[in-house]
Amino acid sequence: MKERKVVDPEYLLKEAPREKKFLIGNEAVAEAVKRANVDIGVSYPITPQSEAMHLVGDIYAEGYLKDYYRAEHELGAMAAVAGAAMGGARTFTATSGPGTLRAFEMFPCWAGARLPIVCAFMCRGVNSPLTIQPDNIEIGWLMDTGMLIFHAENPQEFFDMLLQAYVIAEQPDVHIPVGVCADGFFVTHTREIVEVTPEDEMLPPYDPSKSPCPTMDMETPPIRQIRDPFVMKSNYISYNAHASWQQEVRAAAERSRKHIAKYLGSSIEVTNPDAEILLMASGTAAAQARVAVERAQKDGIDAGLVKVKVIRPFPDKEIRELTENPKAILVPEHNIVGWLAREVMSRTDYTKVCGGPRVFGGMTMPPEVILSEIKNLARVI
Amino acid sequence: MRFDIRMSGLGGQGMVTAANILGSAAVKDGKHSIVIPFFGAEKRLAPTESYVRISSEEVYEKGEVTYPNVIMVFHEEVITKGKCYTMPFYEGLQQDGLLIINDSDEISLSERNTQSLKERNARIFYVPASQIALDVAGTELATNMAMLGALVGATDIVTFDSLEKAIAERFGERKFVASATTAALDDVLKRKYARAQELVEKNMEAVRVAAKSIKDS
Repeated sequence: MKERKVVDPEYLLKEAPREKKFLIGNEAVAEAVKRANVDIGVSYPITPQSEAMHLVGDIYAEGYLKDYYRAEHELGAMAAVAGAAMGGARTFTATSGPGTLRAFEMFPCWAGARLPIVCAFMCRGVNSPLTIQPDNIEIGWLMDTGMLIFHAENPQEFFDMLLQAYVIAEQPDVHIPVGVCADGFFVTHTREIVEVTPEDEMLPPYDPSKSPCPTMDMETPPIRQIRDPFVMKSNYISYNAHASWQQEVRAAAERSRKHIAKYLGSSIEVTNPDAEILLMASGTAAAQARVAVERAQKDGIDAGLVKVKVIRPFPDKEIRELTENPKAILVPEHNIVGWLAREVMSRTDYTKVCGGPRVFGGMTMPPEVILSEIKNLARVI
Repeated sequence: MRFDIRMSGLGGQGMVTAANILGSAAVKDGKHSIVIPFFGAEKRLAPTESYVRISSEEVYEKGEVTYPNVIMVFHEEVITKGKCYTMPFYEGLQQDGLLIINDSDEISLSERNTQSLKERNARIFYVPASQIALDVAGTELATNMAMLGALVGATDIVTFDSLEKAIAERFGERKFVASATTAALDDVLKRKYARAQELVEKNMEAVRVAAKSIKDS
């Protein structure tokens, strides 16, 4: 194994010196994994994720991980990290679009088993017709798996959020998985400046004794997991146990809020919150929206931006407060269903919320498209 | 000054490599840059594009450059056979934009296209980049470097110093993450030169010759 120094998580995330590198998003992922003191990485290739887990394989060869292998398919990869996490290992894996769907059964299982797995989702369009292009519809499906969901805007945020995810996921009162999402290609294949912490400093190792569920070992063999499965008993107690267990997973997500505040700073980033027209966006749509808002302001339109970084647990209170005053709310998104608009609408006077513009199927969203919607709104409010 | 650059060409001509080197050089000059390739199932000789945004201010936009102020055409078939992702090839070009085309002779454009480019007040430079690459660097694989030279000649977008460092970094010892086809071309290129330093020098020569040809024109 590579000789490295264990450092305090708060120091690593907030104070450690940073070196500027010119990286693509997938390289930033491998850099984060390097510093996260991950025990095992399990890969299965799919564009646009493949490069990231390939690079994790490279750093395994350099001695940054204890184990690494390529699974038989995505469901196998996700099941393998579940097994490793149950055995007390810190794990990493990543997938995209159709891979996410193929593995989907495991995500509620991770949450239900209270496994602090961190998985990167490089969002891609979903078939059919076949596409490999950026589109983040899968986040809309991941939202209700019980996992925490972060959405990165750029390679820098992807790097930071992956490290933050481990620290938050492994808190004893949280201990559920985190999906760190980024729009495929727009983040994974985009090269820009990423400031990274020193290569020889890493997070403290995962301490499985802090897990709310017993770690599997010879004393607690896997059979214990299925010794008394609820499904084998059709009685009130077994139903109730399952129901309260699901509630407990959601409660764990709620309890993550204070840790998110501590390590991410906030679930949202706000520019000009008192604006008449407020944009709400996440991921790369927030990047495009920021440029559109700046240009709208230059044209004398009172516009502002709320970037939503954390999708689960959704920043309910903040969004309720921020949506009270603006006359109109615009939600640009990189998917056809408008999952963010849906979230915002359910927390405010929905008649003020204008879902769109939406770009899906792989095209880019030029700021000009958002700007023209802002101008349309400015004319009618 | 803000540059939004689109590089159009045929797979294997090095648009993506040129974009990475240009962005890297800009960052070395202390500027902000975002580099992104067009993401499809690109292959040799298929239409391929890459995009570079460079500014002294922070750059946020992601994705393809829809409204470039610089378009670099690496192969005449981008124009003559429509081998690009936009039709016509200058679609989205901003007013007073710049066109750099790899060809020794002017390509005859339709009346409509000529008129449209005139209305945009586009500056058009022809540079025999492939010829320069062959004559100076001894391989057509240096076409992309000659194209970067032409760009520097027309705009002074990056310094020669940073460009040289970026080329050395890209083809030097440091491992670069590239697709299998790009890695194969890297190997071909590296085999043409005895040492990595020679590769850098020859490519820089192609850059300077192309830059001079633009400055002199």
